[in-house]
Amino acid sequence: MATSYNPFSLEGKTMLVTGASSGIGQTAAVELAKLGAKVVVTGRDVARLQETLDRLEGEGHVQVAADLTSADGIGALVEACPVLDGVVLCAGRGLLLPLQFCDGDKFREVFDINFFSPVETLRLLTKKKKVQKGGAVVFVSSVGGTEIFATGNAIYGTSKAALSSAVRFYANELAARKIRVNSVNPGRVNTKLIRSGKLSEEQEQADIAKYPLKRYGEPEDIAHGIAYLLSDASSWVTGQSLVIDGGLTI
Amino acid sequence: MDINTFIDNFAGQFDDTDRSVFTAETKFREIDEWSSLIALSIIAMVDEEYDVTLKGEDVKGAETIQDLFNTVQSKKQ
Ligand SMILES: NC(=O)c1ccc[n+]([C@@H]2O[C@H](COP(=O)([O-])OP(=O)(O)OC[C@H]3O[C@@H](n4cnc5c(N)ncnc54)[C@H](OP(=O)(O)O)[C@@H]3O)[C@@H](O)[C@H]2O)c1
Repeated sequence: MATSYNPFSLEGKTMLVTGASSGIGQTAAVELAKLGAKVVVTGRDVARLQETLDRLEGEGHVQVAADLTSADGIGALVEACPVLDGVVLCAGRGLLLPLQFCDGDKFREVFDINFFSPVETLRLLTKKKKVQKGGAVVFVSSVGGTEIFATGNAIYGTSKAALSSAVRFYANELAARKIRVNSVNPGRVNTKLIRSGKLSEEQEQADIAKYPLKRYGEPEDIAHGIAYLLSDASSWVTGQSLVIDGGLTI
Repeated sequence: MDINTFIDNFAGQFDDTDRSVFTAETKFREIDEWSSLIALSIIAMVDEEYDVTLKGEDVKGAETIQDLFNTVQSKKQ
């Protein structure tokens, strides 16, 4: 009995992970499969998406290449999804730009993928009854925009703040269907998103020094939080933002 | 590309430093007002005006405005 006891198991569950062709989403897909889930992975880059699929343990995983800023892309993804026990809305992008350069087009470009896309994906999934009663949704938000207001991060941060707010509205309404909705809110994580090169090595070292645990996160640090929020171990948790940031916001 | 226009664009990212301070030979990181925000603004200005993507290391590696102008020019080709 004791050997099979694991409230964090995802055995028998089917999960969708967006942004699964890179970084946090890719690692999340790999970890969810290790915990027993069947995973639908989606991203734009076909080669990197295939790499994700190849790394997934177990059988029955599916890949769907789609641009989630287009209605057709979201439509095709939702169509391809079986009924899901879990949804991880991870696709997103960064942008480091001082306010004087942040015009409406720049805001729209980032909000398209960071806010409108996950919200529309979830709308269609629930409208088409693709999220099982008792299912769980995890948005990948950020500490940027709700806790941290770093120079040059206004567009990114406001898009994530909107997402962090959406989590609570969705949690409230979807509770009627016993669907839980939470977010993980990471500090800076070592993925291609933070490698725009706009910060010099020296600036990056100064930034890392602000983290009490003296390092940026690794994708696994975030994937494990996502796995918890999808598992039965978090059955009574909804509408929450799980900060995973090496202590940055203490 | 014209160096004088570049210096104008460069100086435009500062608020408290007089335009007369800026010449091709100015060691810009020694200007009091220089900050990480201005470094980001220079990168954004170069992207907007010259369609060139500078790295933080490019800005750090340049000593004078002329040096940075040369980097932008070489990346434009
Ligand atoms: N890294 C951090 O420091 C950090 C911190 C806090 C929050 N986050 C959030 O974590 C999430 C994942 O980021 P990451 O760090 O793992 O970055 P990443 O390695 O750049 O991955 C981003 C993922 O989003 C996908 N994506 C981007 N635009 C898309 C579009 N239009 N349609 C479909 N997919 C799209 C990418 O697909 P393709 O590569 O195939 O285009 C990729 O799979 C993002 O929401 C980000 O805001 C990251």
